[in-house]
Amino acid sequence: MESYYAQYGVVVAVLIAGIGLVAVAFTAARIVAPRRPLPEKLTTYECGIDPVGEGWAQTQIRYYIYAFLFVIFDVESVFLFPWATIFERLGMQAVVEMGIFIFILALGLLYAYRKKVLQWA
Amino acid sequence: MSHGLLLTAGQSFVDGWFNSLWVVVIAKAIIVLVFVLVAPLGVGYMEHKVLAHMQHRLGPMYAGRFHGWAQLLADGVKFVQKEDIVPSAADSGVFSLAPAVVLVPYIAIFVVIPFGKTVWAVNLDVGIFYVLAITSVSIIGIMMAGWASANKFSLIGALRAAAQLIAYELPLILAAAAVVMQAGTLSLVGIADAQHAFWYVLTQPIAFFVFMVAAIAELTRPPFDMPIADSEIIFGAFTEYTGLKFAFFLLAEYAGIVAFSAIASVLFLGGYQPILGLHIIPGFFWMSAKVGALSFFIIWLRATFPRLREDQLQRFAWVVLIPLALADIMVTGVIKVLVK
Repeated sequence: MESYYAQYGVVVAVLIAGIGLVAVAFTAARIVAPRRPLPEKLTTYECGIDPVGEGWAQTQIRYYIYAFLFVIFDVESVFLFPWATIFERLGMQAVVEMGIFIFILALGLLYAYRKKVLQWA
Repeated sequence: MSHGLLLTAGQSFVDGWFNSLWVVVIAKAIIVLVFVLVAPLGVGYMEHKVLAHMQHRLGPMYAGRFHGWAQLLADGVKFVQKEDIVPSAADSGVFSLAPAVVLVPYIAIFVVIPFGKTVWAVNLDVGIFYVLAITSVSIIGIMMAGWASANKFSLIGALRAAAQLIAYELPLILAAAAVVMQAGTLSLVGIADAQHAFWYVLTQPIAFFVFMVAAIAELTRPPFDMPIADSEIIFGAFTEYTGLKFAFFLLAEYAGIVAFSAIASVLFLGGYQPILGLHIIPGFFWMSAKVGALSFFIIWLRATFPRLREDQLQRFAWVVLIPLALADIMVTGVIKVLVK
């Protein structure tokens, strides 16, 4: 148990060191860098002309399909990794079971493909 | 200091230096941090020089006198002195936090990567799973950057990046799963050790192909650089960034090249295992050489390929890479059980 905490202790220590690095660098930049804010300088960049409308604009809704598909396959990968380490011991039965699982997910992907949601019109 | 699991898996070279657990943890954190600050500069310099010579230029020649070796240090000093501009329309808190959210996960990856039989910080028993999980956090940082900028180019770039990163995350995970199946362990040290007879690139060439393509897409490097396509959307999610914050995104990109080259080396090229049984040369040099070679390859692609179109990129992931990786997993499983 101690080694478990020792292992993740290093992970936490590196995360803290990384955050510390960012904090120190930002502080240094704040001291060294000049600060001369002008209204023109602080406008949103739009190729040099005055910005039109607001920046939080409407965008493609089609991206959400990818997010859906991603969640399905990402959950699969959570099941896949524990299985991958021990399936050899369980033998062909385990491979067939995972095959059925992957087949069902692949059917979902095929359905999405046939529905042409992976294709942008 | 009792080690339990660590003892069975071998010890890190740092463990022998100090008796106190706390000192060991702090020493490891410092070593990882220094490595993450130095290695990306090496790759960045390599990119300057390799691209320059591929385009019949010399690249940086003046900084540091000898072939411009100190160019990136000079750039870093310059970036710190630049004014930090936060657009008045932007959500300043999220805007300032985003570079840290992108960079810190890349630093955390290097905790588990083995550069030699004993040259690693931690041998996590879920090593590769940890790496794949923590790389996903950078997506949130890029979304934060794009959304908080309140800029149309940034928003388009961030959404492209998010869609691209989640699409190519899957082939990356599935290709890594195929290697885990063959090695029978999730530990990166274990996977490297399992390749003492032969490298997995020989038995898993399809997984290696899928992994490298997905890794380059995850890095948003050419030919998959639509999220920062400079001719269409300026610099994507990073359009509004200046000074040190911008530099941190660049540092994260180069750290990412090192990280993904290192992971690919461990998974497919034997990590610290020597070529032709040349054990005289330490594993650290072999690992560094492999990481350098893969980094060179990733840089090379930038000089060679044009950019894909956004929908072509998405189709390629969902229609080609993911089915290919799924089939590879099934074939690996059947062969491994039959051969046993």
